[in-house]
Amino acid sequence: MKYLCLIYNAEQNMNSLSKADMDAMMAEYFAFTEGIRKSGHYVAGEALDQIKTATTVRVRNGKVSTTDGPFAETKEQLGGFYLIEARDLNDAIQIAAKIPSARFGSIEVRPIMDFSKVQA
Amino acid sequence: MSEDATDRVRGRLDAIYRTESRRVLATLIRLLGDFDLAEEALHDAFVAALEQWPRDGVPGSPRAWLVSAGRFKAIDAMRRRARFDASKTEIAERLESTPPPAPDHDMDDVEDDRLRLIFTCCHPALPPDAQVAMTLREVCGLRTEEIAHAFLTSPSAVAQRIVRAKSKIRDAGIPYQVPARAELADRLDSVLHVVYLVFNEGYSASSGTTLTRADVSAEAIRLGRLLVELLAEPEALGLLALMLLHESRRAARTSATGELILLEDQDRARWDCELIAEGVALVERALASRRIGPYSLQAAIAAVHAEAATAAATNWAQIIGLYGVLLRADPSAVVELNRAVAVAMHNGPAPGLELIDAILARGELLGYHLAHAARADLLRRLGRVPEAREAYARAITLARQEPERRFLERRLREIEGQ
Repeated sequence: MKYLCLIYNAEQNMNSLSKADMDAMMAEYFAFTEGIRKSGHYVAGEALDQIKTATTVRVRNGKVSTTDGPFAETKEQLGGFYLIEARDLNDAIQIAAKIPSARFGSIEVRPIMDFSKVQA
Repeated sequence: MSEDATDRVRGRLDAIYRTESRRVLATLIRLLGDFDLAEEALHDAFVAALEQWPRDGVPGSPRAWLVSAGRFKAIDAMRRRARFDASKTEIAERLESTPPPAPDHDMDDVEDDRLRLIFTCCHPALPPDAQVAMTLREVCGLRTEEIAHAFLTSPSAVAQRIVRAKSKIRDAGIPYQVPARAELADRLDSVLHVVYLVFNEGYSASSGTTLTRADVSAEAIRLGRLLVELLAEPEALGLLALMLLHESRRAARTSATGELILLEDQDRARWDCELIAEGVALVERALASRRIGPYSLQAAIAAVHAEAATAAATNWAQIIGLYGVLLRADPSAVVELNRAVAVAMHNGPAPGLELIDAILARGELLGYHLAHAARADLLRRLGRVPEAREAYARAITLARQEPERRFLERRLREIEGQ
Protein backbone atom coordinates (compact mmCIF):
# COMPACT_ATOMS: atom_id res chain seq x y z
CA MET A 1 0.00 0.00 0.00
CA LYS A 2 1.06 3.58 -0.55
CA TYR A 3 1.04 6.02 2.35
CA LEU A 4 1.71 9.74 2.43
CA CYS A 5 3.67 10.80 5.50
CA LEU A 6 2.89 14.48 6.10
CA ILE A 7 5.56 16.18 8.16
CA TYR A 8 4.26 18.87 10.50
CA ASN A 9 6.45 21.02 12.69
CA ALA A 10 6.62 24.50 14.13
CA GLU A 11 8.38 26.49 11.42
CA GLN A 12 9.56 29.16 13.85
CA ASN A 13 11.50 26.51 15.79
CA MET A 14 13.13 25.38 12.54
CA ASN A 15 14.07 28.98 11.69
CA SER A 16 15.72 29.44 15.06
CA LEU A 17 18.08 26.45 14.59
CA SER A 18 21.79 27.29 14.43
CA LYS A 19 23.69 26.57 11.22
CA ALA A 20 25.38 23.56 12.85
CA ASP A 21 22.04 22.15 14.09
CA MET A 22 20.46 22.71 10.69
CA ASP A 23 23.35 20.90 8.97
CA ALA A 24 23.06 18.01 11.41
CA MET A 25 19.33 17.82 10.71
CA MET A 26 19.84 17.88 6.94
CA ALA A 27 22.43 15.12 7.27
CA GLU A 28 19.88 13.06 9.22
CA TYR A 29 17.26 13.61 6.54
CA PHE A 30 19.70 12.58 3.79
CA ALA A 31 20.58 9.43 5.72
CA PHE A 32 16.89 8.64 6.35
CA THR A 33 16.00 9.15 2.67
CA GLU A 34 18.93 7.00 1.59
CA GLY A 35 17.79 4.30 4.03
CA ILE A 36 14.22 4.12 2.72
CA ARG A 37 15.48 4.18 -0.89
CA LYS A 38 17.60 1.12 -0.15
CA SER A 39 14.77 -0.68 1.68
CA GLY A 40 12.42 -0.04 -1.24
CA HIS A 41 9.93 2.06 0.74
CA TYR A 42 10.70 5.37 -1.02
CA VAL A 43 8.36 6.59 -3.76
CA ALA A 44 8.78 10.36 -3.50
CA GLY A 45 9.61 13.04 -0.98
CA GLU A 46 10.09 16.79 -0.89
CA ALA A 47 10.59 19.58 1.59
CA LEU A 48 8.28 22.58 1.24
CA ASP A 49 9.45 26.17 1.21
CA GLN A 50 8.46 28.34 4.19
CA ILE A 51 4.78 29.13 4.87
CA LYS A 52 5.33 32.80 4.05
CA THR A 53 5.58 31.63 0.41
CA ALA A 54 2.19 29.87 0.56
CA THR A 55 -0.85 30.99 -1.41
CA THR A 56 -4.34 29.55 -0.96
CA VAL A 57 -6.67 29.39 -3.95
CA ARG A 58 -10.43 28.82 -3.89
CA VAL A 59 -13.06 29.00 -6.59
CA ARG A 60 -16.50 30.11 -5.41
CA ASN A 61 -19.40 30.77 -7.78
CA GLY A 62 -16.93 30.59 -10.65
CA LYS A 63 -14.76 33.30 -9.15
CA VAL A 64 -11.14 32.62 -8.22
CA SER A 65 -10.15 33.97 -4.83
CA THR A 66 -6.50 34.03 -3.87
CA THR A 67 -5.24 34.68 -0.36
CA ASP A 68 -1.85 34.87 1.24
CA GLY A 69 -0.77 32.11 3.62
CA PRO A 70 -1.56 28.47 4.29
CA PHE A 71 -5.04 26.93 4.34
CA ALA A 72 -5.22 26.84 8.13
CA GLU A 73 -3.30 28.68 10.82
CA THR A 74 -2.03 25.98 13.17
CA LYS A 75 0.77 25.60 15.70
CA GLU A 76 2.52 23.13 13.43
CA GLN A 77 2.72 23.59 9.69
CA LEU A 78 3.11 21.19 6.81
CA GLY A 79 6.81 21.31 6.03
CA GLY A 80 7.34 18.35 3.73
CA PHE A 81 6.26 14.84 2.85
CA TYR A 82 7.32 11.38 1.90
CA LEU A 83 5.26 9.13 -0.29
CA ILE A 84 6.16 5.58 0.69
CA GLU A 85 5.26 2.05 -0.32
CA ALA A 86 4.69 0.01 2.84
CA ARG A 87 3.46 -3.51 3.56
CA ASP A 88 0.74 -2.25 5.92
CA LEU A 89 0.05 0.45 8.51
CA ASN A 90 2.49 -1.08 11.05
CA ASP A 91 5.26 -0.94 8.45
CA ALA A 92 4.30 2.67 7.59
CA ILE A 93 4.32 3.63 11.30
CA GLN A 94 7.83 2.17 11.66
CA ILE A 95 9.04 4.33 8.74
CA ALA A 96 7.20 7.46 9.96
CA ALA A 97 8.77 7.09 13.41
CA LYS A 98 12.23 7.30 11.81
CA ILE A 99 11.57 10.62 10.04
CA PRO A 100 13.86 13.04 11.94
CA SER A 101 11.03 15.58 12.53
CA ALA A 102 8.96 12.92 14.34
CA ARG A 103 11.06 13.67 17.45
CA PHE A 104 9.75 17.26 17.79
CA GLY A 105 6.93 17.61 15.26
CA SER A 106 4.20 15.21 14.15
CA ILE A 107 3.88 12.90 11.20
CA GLU A 108 0.40 12.25 9.85
CA VAL A 109 0.24 8.91 8.04
CA ARG A 110 -2.50 8.71 5.41
CA PRO A 111 -3.16 5.79 3.10
CA ILE A 112 -3.42 6.72 -0.57
CA MET A 113 -6.89 5.81 -1.79
CA ASP A 114 -6.88 2.89 -4.17
CA PHE A 115 -9.65 3.65 -6.67
CA SER A 116 -9.48 0.15 -8.12
CA LYS A 117 -10.86 -1.12 -4.78
CA VAL A 118 -13.58 1.49 -4.44
CA GLN A 119 -16.86 -0.30 -5.07
CA ALA A 120 -19.27 1.05 -7.60
CA MET B 1 -32.55 -39.67 13.08
CA SER B 2 -34.81 -39.31 16.11
CA GLU B 3 -35.93 -35.97 17.55
CA ASP B 4 -33.96 -36.88 20.61
CA ALA B 5 -30.68 -37.31 18.77
CA THR B 6 -31.26 -34.05 16.88
CA ASP B 7 -31.72 -32.25 20.18
CA ARG B 8 -28.52 -33.82 21.47
CA VAL B 9 -26.55 -32.60 18.43
CA ARG B 10 -28.08 -29.13 18.87
CA GLY B 11 -26.95 -29.14 22.47
CA ARG B 12 -23.41 -30.10 21.40
CA LEU B 13 -23.46 -27.44 18.71
CA ASP B 14 -24.52 -24.77 21.21
CA ALA B 15 -21.65 -25.79 23.48
CA ILE B 16 -19.23 -25.78 20.54
CA TYR B 17 -20.49 -22.35 19.53
CA ARG B 18 -19.70 -21.02 23.00
CA THR B 19 -16.21 -22.49 23.20
CA GLU B 20 -15.09 -22.42 19.56
CA SER B 21 -16.87 -19.68 17.62
CA ARG B 22 -14.30 -16.96 18.46
CA ARG B 23 -11.37 -19.22 17.58
CA VAL B 24 -13.01 -20.16 14.30
CA LEU B 25 -13.68 -16.47 13.59
CA ALA B 26 -10.05 -15.52 14.35
CA THR B 27 -8.80 -18.09 11.86
CA LEU B 28 -11.40 -17.14 9.24
CA ILE B 29 -10.36 -13.47 9.44
CA ARG B 30 -6.78 -14.55 8.66
CA LEU B 31 -7.87 -16.81 5.80
CA LEU B 32 -10.40 -14.40 4.29
CA GLY B 33 -8.61 -11.13 5.10
CA ASP B 34 -11.80 -9.33 6.05
CA PHE B 35 -13.80 -9.04 9.28
CA ASP B 36 -17.28 -8.81 7.75
CA LEU B 37 -16.65 -11.63 5.30
CA ALA B 38 -15.36 -13.80 8.16
CA GLU B 39 -18.38 -13.09 10.37
CA GLU B 40 -20.73 -14.00 7.57
CA ALA B 41 -18.73 -17.18 6.91
CA LEU B 42 -18.82 -18.08 10.62
CA HIS B 43 -22.59 -17.73 10.63
CA ASP B 44 -22.94 -19.82 7.45
CA ALA B 45 -20.63 -22.52 8.86
CA PHE B 46 -22.81 -22.95 11.96
CA VAL B 47 -25.97 -23.01 9.82
CA ALA B 48 -24.36 -25.77 7.72
CA ALA B 49 -23.41 -27.67 10.88
CA LEU B 50 -26.98 -27.46 12.14
CA GLU B 51 -28.15 -29.05 8.87
CA GLN B 52 -25.45 -31.67 8.46
CA TRP B 53 -24.38 -32.82 11.91
CA PRO B 54 -27.73 -34.33 12.97
CA ARG B 55 -27.59 -36.35 9.71
CA ASP B 56 -23.89 -37.16 9.43
CA GLY B 57 -22.81 -37.03 13.07
CA VAL B 58 -20.52 -34.56 14.84
CA PRO B 59 -17.11 -34.47 13.09
CA GLY B 60 -13.95 -35.53 14.95
CA SER B 61 -12.51 -32.02 14.94
CA PRO B 62 -15.51 -29.65 14.99
CA ARG B 63 -13.31 -26.54 14.85
CA ALA B 64 -11.44 -27.63 11.71
CA TRP B 65 -14.76 -28.63 10.12
CA LEU B 66 -16.23 -25.19 10.86
CA VAL B 67 -13.16 -23.33 9.55
CA SER B 68 -13.19 -25.29 6.35
CA ALA B 69 -16.98 -24.98 5.92
CA GLY B 70 -16.76 -21.24 6.58
CA ARG B 71 -14.01 -20.83 4.01
CA PHE B 72 -16.01 -22.68 1.33
CA LYS B 73 -19.16 -20.73 2.15
CA ALA B 74 -17.24 -17.46 1.74
CA ILE B 75 -15.87 -18.54 -1.65
CA ASP B 76 -19.39 -19.58 -2.69
CA ALA B 77 -20.85 -16.26 -1.59
CA MET B 78 -18.15 -14.38 -3.53
CA ARG B 79 -18.84 -16.46 -6.64
CA ARG B 80 -22.56 -15.73 -6.37
CA ARG B 81 -21.93 -11.99 -5.99
CA ALA B 82 -19.41 -12.05 -8.84
CA ARG B 83 -22.36 -12.50 -11.20
CA PHE B 84 -23.36 -8.94 -10.34
CA ASP B 85 -20.01 -7.42 -9.48
CA ALA B 86 -16.91 -8.36 -11.46
CA SER B 87 -14.49 -7.20 -8.74
CA LYS B 88 -15.65 -10.12 -6.55
CA THR B 89 -14.35 -12.69 -9.07
CA GLU B 90 -10.80 -11.70 -8.28
CA ILE B 91 -11.38 -12.04 -4.54
CA ALA B 92 -12.99 -15.46 -4.95
CA GLU B 93 -10.08 -16.62 -7.11
CA ARG B 94 -7.53 -15.36 -4.61
CA LEU B 95 -9.34 -17.17 -1.80
CA GLU B 96 -9.51 -20.40 -3.77
CA SER B 97 -5.84 -20.30 -4.67
CA THR B 98 -4.81 -19.85 -1.01
CA PRO B 99 -4.25 -23.34 0.36
CA PRO B 100 -6.85 -24.38 2.92
CA PRO B 101 -5.56 -25.00 6.45
CA ALA B 102 -4.55 -28.55 7.34
CA PRO B 103 -7.57 -30.24 8.93
CA ASP B 104 -5.73 -30.79 12.19
CA HIS B 105 -3.72 -27.54 12.34
CA ASP B 106 -2.31 -27.51 15.82
CA MET B 107 -3.24 -25.41 18.83
CA ASP B 108 -0.35 -22.99 18.32
CA ASP B 109 -1.70 -21.64 15.05
CA VAL B 110 -5.13 -21.18 16.53
CA GLU B 111 -3.77 -19.32 19.55
CA ASP B 112 -1.69 -17.15 17.20
CA ASP B 113 -4.86 -16.28 15.35
CA ARG B 114 -6.53 -15.24 18.58
CA LEU B 115 -3.54 -13.05 19.46
CA ARG B 116 -3.59 -11.56 15.98
CA LEU B 117 -7.23 -10.77 16.50
CA ILE B 118 -6.72 -9.13 19.89
CA PHE B 119 -3.72 -7.05 18.78
CA THR B 120 -5.66 -5.92 15.72
CA CYS B 121 -8.75 -5.01 17.76
CA CYS B 122 -6.53 -3.12 20.27
CA HIS B 123 -4.48 -1.33 17.61
CA PRO B 124 -3.57 2.17 18.82
CA ALA B 125 -4.55 3.63 15.45
CA LEU B 126 -8.16 2.85 16.47
CA PRO B 127 -9.91 5.18 18.95
CA PRO B 128 -9.85 3.74 22.53
CA ASP B 129 -13.62 3.17 22.77
CA ALA B 130 -13.53 1.34 19.46
CA GLN B 131 -10.70 -0.91 20.73
CA VAL B 132 -12.86 -2.04 23.65
CA ALA B 133 -15.97 -2.48 21.50
CA MET B 134 -14.04 -4.46 18.86
CA THR B 135 -12.40 -6.76 21.43
CA LEU B 136 -15.68 -7.48 23.22
CA ARG B 137 -17.48 -8.03 19.94
CA GLU B 138 -14.90 -9.94 17.94
CA VAL B 139 -12.67 -11.63 20.53
CA CYS B 140 -15.31 -12.32 23.19
CA GLY B 141 -18.41 -12.52 21.03
CA LEU B 142 -20.54 -10.18 23.15
CA ARG B 143 -23.58 -8.76 21.45
CA THR B 144 -23.70 -5.07 20.57
CA GLU B 145 -26.47 -4.57 23.18
CA GLU B 146 -24.31 -6.13 25.93
CA ILE B 147 -21.38 -3.88 25.06
CA ALA B 148 -23.66 -0.84 25.04
CA HIS B 149 -24.95 -1.80 28.47
CA ALA B 150 -21.46 -2.28 29.86
CA PHE B 151 -20.35 1.14 28.70
CA LEU B 152 -23.54 3.11 29.33
CA THR B 153 -24.15 3.96 25.73
CA SER B 154 -26.65 3.05 23.03
CA PRO B 155 -26.37 -0.08 20.85
CA SER B 156 -26.40 2.11 17.74
CA ALA B 157 -23.40 4.09 19.04
CA VAL B 158 -21.49 0.84 19.66
CA ALA B 159 -22.49 -0.52 16.25
CA GLN B 160 -21.22 2.68 14.63
CA ARG B 161 -17.88 2.45 16.48
CA ILE B 162 -17.46 -1.11 15.24
CA VAL B 163 -18.35 -0.24 11.64
CA ARG B 164 -15.89 2.68 11.66
CA ALA B 165 -13.15 0.56 13.25
CA LYS B 166 -13.57 -2.16 10.64
CA SER B 167 -13.39 0.33 7.80
CA LYS B 168 -10.26 1.90 9.28
CA ILE B 169 -8.67 -1.55 9.64
CA ARG B 170 -9.43 -2.20 5.98
CA ASP B 171 -8.71 1.23 4.48
CA ALA B 172 -5.65 2.25 6.52
CA GLY B 173 -4.10 -1.21 6.13
CA ILE B 174 -3.96 -2.21 9.80
CA PRO B 175 -2.41 -5.68 9.50
CA TYR B 176 -3.76 -8.85 11.06
CA GLN B 177 -0.62 -9.68 12.98
CA VAL B 178 1.09 -9.86 16.36
CA PRO B 179 3.45 -6.84 16.49
CA ALA B 180 7.18 -7.29 16.04
CA ARG B 181 9.25 -7.71 19.20
CA ALA B 182 10.39 -4.06 19.15
CA GLU B 183 6.84 -2.69 19.17
CA LEU B 184 5.37 -5.32 21.45
CA ALA B 185 5.85 -3.60 24.83
CA ASP B 186 4.14 -0.38 23.68
CA ARG B 187 1.31 -2.20 22.03
CA LEU B 188 0.79 -4.38 25.10
CA ASP B 189 -0.48 -1.47 27.24
CA SER B 190 -3.61 -0.91 25.22
CA VAL B 191 -4.21 -4.67 25.08
CA LEU B 192 -3.94 -5.04 28.88
CA HIS B 193 -6.38 -2.21 29.42
CA VAL B 194 -8.92 -3.79 27.13
CA VAL B 195 -8.45 -7.27 28.67
CA TYR B 196 -9.09 -5.88 32.15
CA LEU B 197 -12.28 -4.17 31.01
CA VAL B 198 -13.42 -7.46 29.51
CA PHE B 199 -12.66 -9.27 32.78
CA ASN B 200 -14.66 -6.75 34.74
CA GLU B 201 -17.60 -7.09 32.39
CA GLY B 202 -17.71 -10.78 33.29
CA TYR B 203 -16.81 -10.43 36.97
CA SER B 204 -19.22 -7.66 37.75
CA ALA B 205 -21.62 -7.59 34.84
CA SER B 206 -22.86 -4.03 34.63
CA SER B 207 -26.53 -4.90 34.84
CA GLY B 208 -28.97 -7.75 34.81
CA THR B 209 -30.17 -10.39 37.21
CA THR B 210 -26.95 -12.32 37.71
CA LEU B 211 -23.92 -10.75 39.29
CA THR B 212 -21.18 -12.40 37.26
CA ARG B 213 -20.74 -14.01 33.89
CA ALA B 214 -18.05 -16.58 34.45
CA ASP B 215 -17.54 -17.27 30.76
CA VAL B 216 -16.60 -13.69 29.89
CA SER B 217 -14.11 -13.55 32.77
CA ALA B 218 -12.71 -16.93 31.80
CA GLU B 219 -12.15 -15.51 28.34
CA ALA B 220 -10.25 -12.53 29.76
CA ILE B 221 -8.13 -14.83 31.94
CA ARG B 222 -7.34 -17.01 28.96
CA LEU B 223 -6.25 -13.93 27.03
CA GLY B 224 -4.21 -12.86 30.05
CA ARG B 225 -2.44 -16.24 30.14
CA LEU B 226 -1.70 -16.05 26.43
CA LEU B 227 -0.18 -12.59 26.83
CA VAL B 228 1.99 -13.80 29.73
CA GLU B 229 3.19 -16.71 27.63
CA LEU B 230 4.00 -14.40 24.75
CA LEU B 231 5.69 -11.66 26.70
CA ALA B 232 6.40 -12.00 30.42
CA GLU B 233 6.23 -8.22 30.98
CA PRO B 234 5.64 -7.31 34.68
CA GLU B 235 2.29 -5.63 34.01
CA ALA B 236 1.02 -8.61 32.01
CA LEU B 237 1.94 -10.80 35.02
CA GLY B 238 0.28 -8.26 37.32
CA LEU B 239 -2.92 -8.18 35.33
CA LEU B 240 -3.18 -11.97 35.17
CA ALA B 241 -2.50 -12.16 38.94
CA LEU B 242 -5.18 -9.56 39.59
CA MET B 243 -7.76 -11.41 37.52
CA LEU B 244 -6.92 -14.79 39.12
CA LEU B 245 -7.13 -13.38 42.65
CA HIS B 246 -10.54 -11.84 41.94
CA GLU B 247 -11.64 -15.02 40.23
CA SER B 248 -10.60 -17.11 43.27
CA ARG B 249 -13.43 -15.49 45.24
CA ARG B 250 -16.15 -15.97 42.64
CA ALA B 251 -17.88 -18.91 44.37
CA ALA B 252 -17.89 -17.11 47.72
CA ARG B 253 -19.19 -13.79 46.36
CA THR B 254 -22.80 -14.87 45.99
CA SER B 255 -25.08 -17.13 48.03
CA ALA B 256 -26.91 -20.16 46.62
CA THR B 257 -29.87 -17.85 45.93
CA GLY B 258 -27.68 -15.36 44.06
CA GLU B 259 -27.39 -12.82 46.88
CA LEU B 260 -24.26 -10.68 47.08
CA ILE B 261 -21.86 -11.46 49.96
CA LEU B 262 -19.33 -8.82 51.03
CA LEU B 263 -15.63 -9.68 51.22
CA GLU B 264 -15.63 -9.51 55.04
CA ASP B 265 -18.59 -11.94 55.28
CA GLN B 266 -17.40 -14.45 52.69
CA ASP B 267 -16.71 -18.08 53.63
CA ARG B 268 -12.97 -18.15 52.98
CA ALA B 269 -12.99 -21.93 52.78
CA ARG B 270 -14.79 -21.43 49.46
CA TRP B 271 -11.99 -19.35 47.98
CA ASP B 272 -10.10 -21.25 45.30
CA CYS B 273 -6.65 -22.00 46.82
CA GLU B 274 -5.12 -23.01 43.51
CA LEU B 275 -6.02 -19.71 41.86
CA ILE B 276 -4.75 -17.83 44.93
CA ALA B 277 -1.42 -19.70 44.89
CA GLU B 278 -1.02 -19.02 41.18
CA GLY B 279 -2.00 -15.36 41.60
CA VAL B 280 0.33 -14.77 44.54
CA ALA B 281 3.26 -16.36 42.70
CA LEU B 282 2.61 -14.08 39.72
CA VAL B 283 2.42 -10.98 41.97
CA GLU B 284 5.78 -11.92 43.47
CA ARG B 285 7.31 -12.29 39.98
CA ALA B 286 5.84 -8.92 38.94
CA LEU B 287 7.07 -7.11 42.06
CA ALA B 288 10.53 -8.69 41.80
CA SER B 289 10.93 -7.04 38.38
CA ARG B 290 11.16 -3.63 40.09
CA ARG B 291 9.11 -2.20 37.24
CA ILE B 292 5.88 -1.98 39.20
CA GLY B 293 2.75 -0.67 37.53
CA PRO B 294 -0.91 -0.20 38.49
CA TYR B 295 -2.00 -3.78 37.69
CA SER B 296 0.76 -5.29 39.84
CA LEU B 297 -0.15 -2.95 42.72
CA GLN B 298 -3.85 -3.85 42.54
CA ALA B 299 -2.86 -7.52 42.42
CA ALA B 300 -0.64 -7.02 45.49
CA ILE B 301 -3.66 -5.57 47.35
CA ALA B 302 -5.83 -8.51 46.28
CA ALA B 303 -3.03 -10.86 47.47
CA VAL B 304 -3.02 -9.27 50.96
CA HIS B 305 -6.78 -10.01 51.20
CA ALA B 306 -6.30 -13.52 49.83
CA GLU B 307 -3.63 -14.37 52.40
CA ALA B 308 -5.66 -13.25 55.44
CA ALA B 309 -7.20 -16.27 57.23
CA THR B 310 -10.13 -14.15 58.45
CA ALA B 311 -11.44 -10.68 57.61
CA ALA B 312 -10.30 -9.48 61.05
CA ALA B 313 -6.76 -10.75 60.40
CA THR B 314 -6.41 -8.61 57.24
CA ASN B 315 -3.29 -6.44 57.22
CA TRP B 316 -5.16 -3.16 56.61
CA ALA B 317 -2.08 -1.00 57.22
CA GLN B 318 -0.35 -2.73 54.31
CA ILE B 319 -3.44 -2.32 52.12
CA ILE B 320 -3.64 1.41 52.91
CA GLY B 321 0.05 1.75 52.03
CA LEU B 322 -0.40 -0.07 48.71
CA TYR B 323 -3.41 2.10 47.82
CA GLY B 324 -1.24 5.15 48.55
CA VAL B 325 1.40 3.95 46.07
CA LEU B 326 -1.32 3.12 43.55
CA LEU B 327 -2.81 6.61 43.89
CA ARG B 328 0.56 8.10 43.01
CA ALA B 329 1.09 5.73 40.07
CA ASP B 330 -2.43 6.03 38.68
CA PRO B 331 -4.57 8.69 40.42
CA SER B 332 -8.32 8.06 40.32
CA ALA B 333 -11.32 8.80 42.53
CA VAL B 334 -12.28 5.10 42.60
CA VAL B 335 -8.87 4.16 44.03
CA GLU B 336 -9.29 6.98 46.55
CA LEU B 337 -12.67 5.52 47.56
CA ASN B 338 -11.11 2.08 48.06
CA ARG B 339 -8.37 3.58 50.18
CA ALA B 340 -11.03 5.37 52.28
CA VAL B 341 -12.81 2.06 52.91
CA ALA B 342 -9.48 0.49 54.01
CA VAL B 343 -8.88 3.46 56.33
CA ALA B 344 -12.34 2.88 57.86
CA MET B 345 -11.44 -0.77 58.49
CA HIS B 346 -8.11 0.17 60.10
CA ASN B 347 -8.90 3.42 61.94
CA GLY B 348 -12.68 3.29 62.38
CA PRO B 349 -15.67 4.56 60.36
CA ALA B 350 -15.31 8.30 61.15
CA PRO B 351 -11.96 8.96 59.38
CA GLY B 352 -13.10 6.78 56.45
CA LEU B 353 -16.33 8.74 56.12
CA GLU B 354 -14.42 12.00 56.13
CA LEU B 355 -12.35 10.85 53.14
CA ILE B 356 -15.44 9.71 51.18
CA ASP B 357 -17.25 12.98 51.89
CA ALA B 358 -14.22 14.88 50.61
CA ILE B 359 -14.35 12.98 47.29
CA LEU B 360 -18.11 13.65 46.90
CA ALA B 361 -17.65 17.31 47.89
CA ARG B 362 -15.31 17.67 44.88
CA GLY B 363 -18.24 16.56 42.72
CA GLU B 364 -16.62 13.18 41.92
CA LEU B 365 -18.30 9.73 42.08
CA LEU B 366 -21.72 11.34 42.69
CA GLY B 367 -23.29 8.87 40.25
CA TYR B 368 -21.30 5.85 41.47
CA HIS B 369 -23.53 3.57 43.58
CA LEU B 370 -20.61 2.04 45.51
CA ALA B 371 -19.53 5.44 46.85
CA HIS B 372 -23.01 5.93 48.34
CA ALA B 373 -23.17 2.30 49.53
CA ALA B 374 -19.81 2.64 51.33
CA ARG B 375 -20.90 5.93 52.84
CA ALA B 376 -24.22 4.40 53.97
CA ASP B 377 -22.38 1.52 55.65
CA LEU B 378 -20.07 3.86 57.58
CA LEU B 379 -23.01 6.09 58.64
CA ARG B 380 -24.85 2.95 59.82
CA ARG B 381 -21.82 1.90 61.87
CA LEU B 382 -21.70 5.39 63.39
CA GLY B 383 -25.41 5.10 64.36
CA ARG B 384 -26.40 8.02 62.09
CA VAL B 385 -29.50 6.15 60.88
CA PRO B 386 -31.48 8.83 58.97
CA GLU B 387 -28.40 9.79 56.93
CA ALA B 388 -27.56 6.13 56.36
CA ARG B 389 -31.12 5.53 55.11
CA GLU B 390 -30.78 8.40 52.66
CA ALA B 391 -27.41 7.16 51.38
CA TYR B 392 -28.75 3.59 50.90
CA ALA B 393 -31.70 4.98 48.97
CA ARG B 394 -29.32 6.94 46.73
CA ALA B 395 -27.16 3.82 46.17
CA ILE B 396 -30.25 1.71 45.35
CA THR B 397 -31.37 4.23 42.73
CA LEU B 398 -27.93 4.15 41.10
CA ALA B 399 -27.26 0.37 41.31
CA ARG B 400 -27.69 -1.32 37.95
CA GLN B 401 -27.41 -4.95 39.01
CA GLU B 402 -30.31 -6.79 40.57
CA PRO B 403 -28.24 -8.64 43.27
CA GLU B 404 -26.53 -5.41 44.33
CA ARG B 405 -29.88 -3.68 44.56
CA ARG B 406 -31.35 -6.54 46.63
CA PHE B 407 -28.33 -6.45 48.96
CA LEU B 408 -28.71 -2.72 49.52
CA GLU B 409 -32.46 -3.05 50.05
CA ARG B 410 -31.79 -5.76 52.68
CA ARG B 411 -29.38 -3.45 54.47
CA LEU B 412 -31.90 -0.63 54.33
CA ARG B 413 -34.60 -2.88 55.85
CA GLU B 414 -32.19 -3.91 58.61
CA ILE B 415 -31.65 -0.34 59.74
CA GLU B 416 -35.35 0.44 59.40
CA GLY B 417 -35.93 -2.34 61.95
CA GLN B 418 -33.44 -0.83 64.40
